[in-house]
Amino acid sequence: MENLVQIAINNVNFGAIMPALVLSLFGMALLLINVFSPRGKTAHVAWISMVGIGVTAVVAVNAWNKPFQEITGFAGHVALDNFATFFNIIFLVAAGLTILMSDDYLKREGYPVGEYYPLILLCTAGAMLMASGINLMTIFLGLEVLSVALYVLAGFFRDQARSNEAGLKYFFLGAFSTGFLLYGIALLYGVTGTTNVAEIGGYLNANPGAYSNLMTVAGMILLSVGFLFKIAIVPFHMWAPDVYQGAPTPITAFMSAGPKAAAFAAFLRVFFLGLGGMQADWTSLLWVLAVLTMFVGNVLAIYQTNLKRMLAYSSVAHAGYALVGMVAANAVGVSGVLFYMLAYTLMNLGAFAVLVLLGKKGEDNLTLDGIAGFGYKRPYLGVALTIFLFSLMGIPPTVGFTGKFYIFAGAVKAGYVWLAILGVLNSAISLYYYLRVMVYMYFKEPTEDFSWVKVQVGAVISVLIALAGVLYLGVIPGKVMDLAKMALF
Amino acid sequence: MSQHLLSWMTFLPLLGLLVLLFIPRDNGGLLKGITLVVTIITFFVSLPLAFDDVFKTSAAMQYTEFVPWISVGSYFQMNYNIGIDGISLWLVLLTTFIMPIAVLSTWNAVDKNIKGFMALLLLLETAMLGAFIALDLFLFYIFWELMLIPMYFMIGIWGGKNRIYAAIKFFIYTAVGSLLMLVAIMYIYYAAVQSGVAMDGFSIAHFYDLNIPAHLQTWLFLAFAFSFAIKVPMFPVHTWLPDAHTEAPTAGSVILAAIMLKMGTYGYIRFAMPLFPEATQQFIPYLSLLAVIGIIYGALVAMMQDDVKKLVAYSSVSHLGFVMLGIFALNMQGLTGGMLQMVNHGISTGALFLIVGFIYERRHTRAIADFGGLAKVMPVFATIFMIITFSSIGLPGTNGFVGEFLILLGAFESELRWFAVFATTGVIFAAVYMLWMFQRVMFGELKNPANEKLKDLSLREVVIMIPLLVFVFWIGVYPNTFLEKMNPSMEQLMEQVNGKHQVASVEHVNHRQVDVK
Repeated sequence: MENLVQIAINNVNFGAIMPALVLSLFGMALLLINVFSPRGKTAHVAWISMVGIGVTAVVAVNAWNKPFQEITGFAGHVALDNFATFFNIIFLVAAGLTILMSDDYLKREGYPVGEYYPLILLCTAGAMLMASGINLMTIFLGLEVLSVALYVLAGFFRDQARSNEAGLKYFFLGAFSTGFLLYGIALLYGVTGTTNVAEIGGYLNANPGAYSNLMTVAGMILLSVGFLFKIAIVPFHMWAPDVYQGAPTPITAFMSAGPKAAAFAAFLRVFFLGLGGMQADWTSLLWVLAVLTMFVGNVLAIYQTNLKRMLAYSSVAHAGYALVGMVAANAVGVSGVLFYMLAYTLMNLGAFAVLVLLGKKGEDNLTLDGIAGFGYKRPYLGVALTIFLFSLMGIPPTVGFTGKFYIFAGAVKAGYVWLAILGVLNSAISLYYYLRVMVYMYFKEPTEDFSWVKVQVGAVISVLIALAGVLYLGVIPGKVMDLAKMALF
Repeated sequence: MSQHLLSWMTFLPLLGLLVLLFIPRDNGGLLKGITLVVTIITFFVSLPLAFDDVFKTSAAMQYTEFVPWISVGSYFQMNYNIGIDGISLWLVLLTTFIMPIAVLSTWNAVDKNIKGFMALLLLLETAMLGAFIALDLFLFYIFWELMLIPMYFMIGIWGGKNRIYAAIKFFIYTAVGSLLMLVAIMYIYYAAVQSGVAMDGFSIAHFYDLNIPAHLQTWLFLAFAFSFAIKVPMFPVHTWLPDAHTEAPTAGSVILAAIMLKMGTYGYIRFAMPLFPEATQQFIPYLSLLAVIGIIYGALVAMMQDDVKKLVAYSSVSHLGFVMLGIFALNMQGLTGGMLQMVNHGISTGALFLIVGFIYERRHTRAIADFGGLAKVMPVFATIFMIITFSSIGLPGTNGFVGEFLILLGAFESELRWFAVFATTGVIFAAVYMLWMFQRVMFGELKNPANEKLKDLSLREVVIMIPLLVFVFWIGVYPNTFLEKMNPSMEQLMEQVNGKHQVASVEHVNHRQVDVK
């Protein structure tokens, strides 16, 4: 026992968790600041959170391409490698854009409560732990930090039945799925005697007989259920529409990007590093799920009239596209997933930021009919939303196209031509419901004057940042694609 | 400037768009004026291409530009690689030539949200020019898809009663086809890479050099051919066209008919056929059958229309069938005829849509039954309309005759002789539906009192039509100006599709440089 403690202490390397640490410190400091702040004043909390995001971004980028010694620590529990850093940047982008669009929104909806921001920061810190975790326990810890903060955020509007429903539903189902994950970890530990992902991989490779062990297979399946739930892959997507619709809009935006990317990060790490030997088994499983997810997400999105709900189903479908890259299981496909997560973060948060600006109190007007003629009354926002929607469709010159190209190129290169064909056919299905939003925005006469749509500085900034990202990565994606390539573990 | 002539030409409209953004929304005249000036400047920038004699002797790409663009190591690379040869030359010039005319046609027709319309026109011009000059398949695909966006909005916002249905149908039809093509593009690329070919991009020059096994060619060709067939449009995937054409505003219809449909035929000539010669040979009988069905079906349906615009739309299906038939003949007459007919169709059908626009602006109806005897009140209009009608029918002395004659001649001399026989009936049908329509609209008694006070064409409208009339006769009388500059490229194409096919099948020698496994 004493030896173990010794090892752990010797291995402490705060550099390996520095981004998460900085962000958590900011989060906790903000909780304190909140106590001493006047009620209803949250702007300063938001801006300090943005400072926190900025500082963390500097710290996170600093870890890029560092030698392995400097970025591992805690007895090999965490590694702040390029893979983790790439995801960290995605989380920070998601969190930053979310915070920017939140402040006026919270005031409008009547919940100017400062705890909202530290919760986002803590949630992001959890996501960072998931991305850099090399040990299943660390990953689990990160997942819990992320989830608990997210449960609260989803149910943040505590007087609204819909928000309560979202929080509670997410909590119950999330807790249930975490149980699956934990049970999977236990089974794998039972087989291999370790929770370290790399060591699990090493053990299984050294003892190929263990691959056919029912416990290993069951562990793998249970583990994937846990991750697939967080990513909202069919058939574990049932929570997504209700939660996305009920949660505060910025949180919906955040959930569809940040935590999803975090779950993908851990999923990729565990399955390639730890269960890489069973790749043939899980790719055939994920192949089917990817196709199902794309079809279910896209087809059900067609039937939605509520925009948040439509984007929820579209988010399910996009997770399916990303899963295609994982099925491809080659360098192109996996770095494609990384790039796509960034792409999706930018375009989806951009679209949600426009919705934040567009909503009335209570957001009952975020329906197709509610945005009739919006493009004429608010031309700049209309153009922005249009570009985000074209990006979500995958039409060039936007990041949605280059991202999909990256992923499907991986699938084609790996020989999954049919999967790529099904993927692009799904893009074709998705055209319909995205185009329909534009039909209402531009092809219908306005019934309202949209006078309530005011310039909210934060939300406008996040629209602009997302727009710049969507177009930059749509036209000159080479550099960032290269970074995604270098980020492979 | 001349070094980057193609880039300047392609992106000038985009620069114009940026200028437009700073013009106040309610200053319609200025917005239209700037757009007109930008498109005219673009035309003059492209004009030196028309006088460059290098196209008479060389089939090689001219004015090429090459800039590395996206490079992700061993994953994939794309280059900004553009150039122009005898295949794209006249299509590029047709584009820059039609655009100012299209802008002029909006002068009275578009009065709501002018800024948006002009911006979309300019974006569309950049996209179309880019697609014609792209030598990198990835680059081509980007411009190809980009074209959909402005046209979608033009139909959807400024279109007729059924515009929403037409706009969505147009977008989804064309996008579905091109998505499959995208997968095919990736497939060839990686198949080549895995066979050990050093692909430094999606350059078509590389793709031409590949020797793709026949069974793969079949599938890849189908993916490309399907995508382009929708755009042409060939029977039975033509159904988006009548809707889109009928609902689109005049400028949109003109651009759709004159330029965007040529994207499909251009795609066959530039990509589908030379990339997959064996599959091309294999599918020519079936595709020719579809082309002939299109010719006859389009003509018969056109005959039955009581809406002038719908009639012209269906006549496009018929005319494009001729173009396809000529291309599939795969001899010099057929290919040059097909190419020339693309330009001809751009001029005459573009003009027909303008004419429909003229009378629609005056009467706000397009039903043939509402007219009759217009020749008495609108003599200038009647004359111009008649010339264009003749051109569309293919009367000797007009451009249509040269094109159709070459196409039919080519088809007769190839294995497609019987197809040519049936296609010839299409010429007769064309005379029937066009002349019958012309007679019902222009001749007879002036019964409808609403038509009695119609004004003849204004100066602006005559100015729009004159350049088109000039080319109707120029091509009709001396087509050599145009043919001589496409000949070398056509010969090369013929060799690419025929020559290699024969080498491969007769002598079992891999003439091509690189094998793809």
